Amino acid sequence: MDLELSDEQRLIVETVRRFVQEQIVPLERELDPDCTELPRDDRQRLIAMTQQMGFFNPDVPVELGGAGLSTTDRTLMAEEMSQHRAGLYTPCYGVFGAGGLAQLYAGTEEQKEKYLYPTLRGEKRGFFGLSEPSGGSDPARAIRTTAVRDGDEWVINGSKLWISGADTSDFGLLFARSDASKGRNGITCFIVDTDTPGFQVRRIVHVLRSTHPPTELSFDNMRVPHKNILGEEGGGFAIANDRLTRNRIPYSAECIGVGVAAQRMAVAWSKERVTFGEPLASRQAIQWMLVDNEIDIATARWLCLAAAGKADGGKPFRTEAAMAKLVGTEGAGRVVDRCIQIHGGLGVSKDLPLERWYRELRIRRIGEGPSEVQRIIMARDLLHSSLH
Amino acid sequence: MPLQKPWRRWEAGRTFERAIPNSLGVYEIADEHGEVVYIGMAGGKSLFGLRGELARQFAGKANAVASARGRRFRYEENMQYMTRFRDLLQRFNEDHGRLPPGNEQPGEFVPTLGRFHWKSAEATI
Repeated sequence: MDLELSDEQRLIVETVRRFVQEQIVPLERELDPDCTELPRDDRQRLIAMTQQMGFFNPDVPVELGGAGLSTTDRTLMAEEMSQHRAGLYTPCYGVFGAGGLAQLYAGTEEQKEKYLYPTLRGEKRGFFGLSEPSGGSDPARAIRTTAVRDGDEWVINGSKLWISGADTSDFGLLFARSDASKGRNGITCFIVDTDTPGFQVRRIVHVLRSTHPPTELSFDNMRVPHKNILGEEGGGFAIANDRLTRNRIPYSAECIGVGVAAQRMAVAWSKERVTFGEPLASRQAIQWMLVDNEIDIATARWLCLAAAGKADGGKPFRTEAAMAKLVGTEGAGRVVDRCIQIHGGLGVSKDLPLERWYRELRIRRIGEGPSEVQRIIMARDLLHSSLH
Repeated sequence: MPLQKPWRRWEAGRTFERAIPNSLGVYEIADEHGEVVYIGMAGGKSLFGLRGELARQFAGKANAVASARGRRFRYEENMQYMTRFRDLLQRFNEDHGRLPPGNEQPGEFVPTLGRFHWKSAEATI
C-alpha cells in the first residue's frame, strides 16, 4: 500500500501552494482583515492564471470544460487553497471557479442549458435551500415548506433558514414537501429562479463568519413550473443526502488547511518569541501543544484521504466521510485554539488571521451536518454491520 | 434591516468625539433632510473604530460627498461589520435602485450586492 503522493498529485499540491503564497497572501495584506472578495482586476487576472494552469473548475468534468480532478486530488487542492486569511469560507476568493451545484449534472438538458452551463461559465449563481427554522439536521422530518400541484405548476409556501448566498443567487435548489404521507420519499427538489413572484430574502443573518452570510427566505404562493423539478418527484431527499455526503470530504480538507497554516505560524512564533530569557519553543508546555497540533492535523488528513480514496474507487464512503468531517472540523478547531494560546495577545487581534479562523471554524462543527449527526451516521453503519 | 437608531448632529470637539465608541461597526451619514448620503464601516484596519471613521468624515478627510453634504449620523457597534455593511448597502440599493451618492464615488469599496426582493416600505414586521 503506497501512501506517497503520485508525481501528478505532488505537482498539484506544490502548484496550488505556490499560487496561494505568491498570489493570494500578498493581496490580503492590503485588504480588510475580514475581507470577502478581491478587487475586480486582481480577481480576473488570477482566474486567467488558474485557467492557464488547468485547475479552473476542479470539480467539473472535463467534457464540460473543467479540470475533472478526482475526489482525492480535489481534497489535496482544498487543503492547500484554504491556507490564507479568508481561506476557510472563500478559498482563494473563488478564482479556481465555483463549479456548479453538482446535482444539476443529473438535470434535464433544458435545465442544464438554463442553469448548469451558465453557472459553470460564471454567469449565474445558485443556492442550496434545505434547512428550515424547524430544523436542518433532520430534513426528512423537519421540512415544512409545502409544494402543491396546480395544473402544470407547483405552488410553494414556507420558509428556509441558514441558506448561504441566496440573496446574491439567480436561482436555487429548493427542497419542499410534495407528499406529506410519504415521509422522506415525499420531498421534491425544485429549481427556483429568485425573481419568481413570491420569493423573498427576509434578511441576512449575521453569524460568526465574515463572508457568505446565511439568509432567511420566505415563499408566498410561489409558482414553479413542473419542468423545474430536479430528478424525480419525491426524490429530493436522495439528492440532498448525496450532496451532503460528498461535500464532507473537501469541507474537512479546508479545515485541515487552516490548521496547517495556523500551525506554521505557531511554530515560527514559538522559535522567535522569548519569555523569561528563553524562546517559547524551549518550553515543554508549548512543545506539547505543537505536537498535539501535528497529531490532530495528521489524523484528520489521513481520514480525509481515506474517505476520498473510497469515493474515487466507487465504494461506499458514508462512514468514512462522516468520520473525516467530525475529526477534521473538531481537530482544526483545537489546533487554532492552541495556536492562539501560543501567540498570546497577538493571537486574538485582527492583526493576525487566527481570530477569524477561530470564529469561522466554530461554524464547521455545525454546518453540513453537525458533529452529533456524523456520530449518528457512523453508529448506524457500525451497529448495522455488527448485527450481520 | 436599516439602522434602528436616531439621527444625531455632529459637533466639533474632543468631548463629543470621545463619547463615540472606538468599536468596530457601521454607520450612516445623512444630509440636512435625513437623506442618507453615505454608508460606511469601521473595519479591522481602522485606527480608532467608529469614533475615528466618523471624525475623519466630518473633518473632510474621507468621502467627499459625506464631507460636503453630511450633517447627521448614526452608527451601530457590530463585530460582524463586513456582513452588516453589505446588508445596509443592499437594503438601500433595494429601496432606491442605487447606492448612496457617497458610495458611488470612484475608489469606494462596494462589495458584491444581492437582492432582498422586497422594499422596506413593504415590511410587515
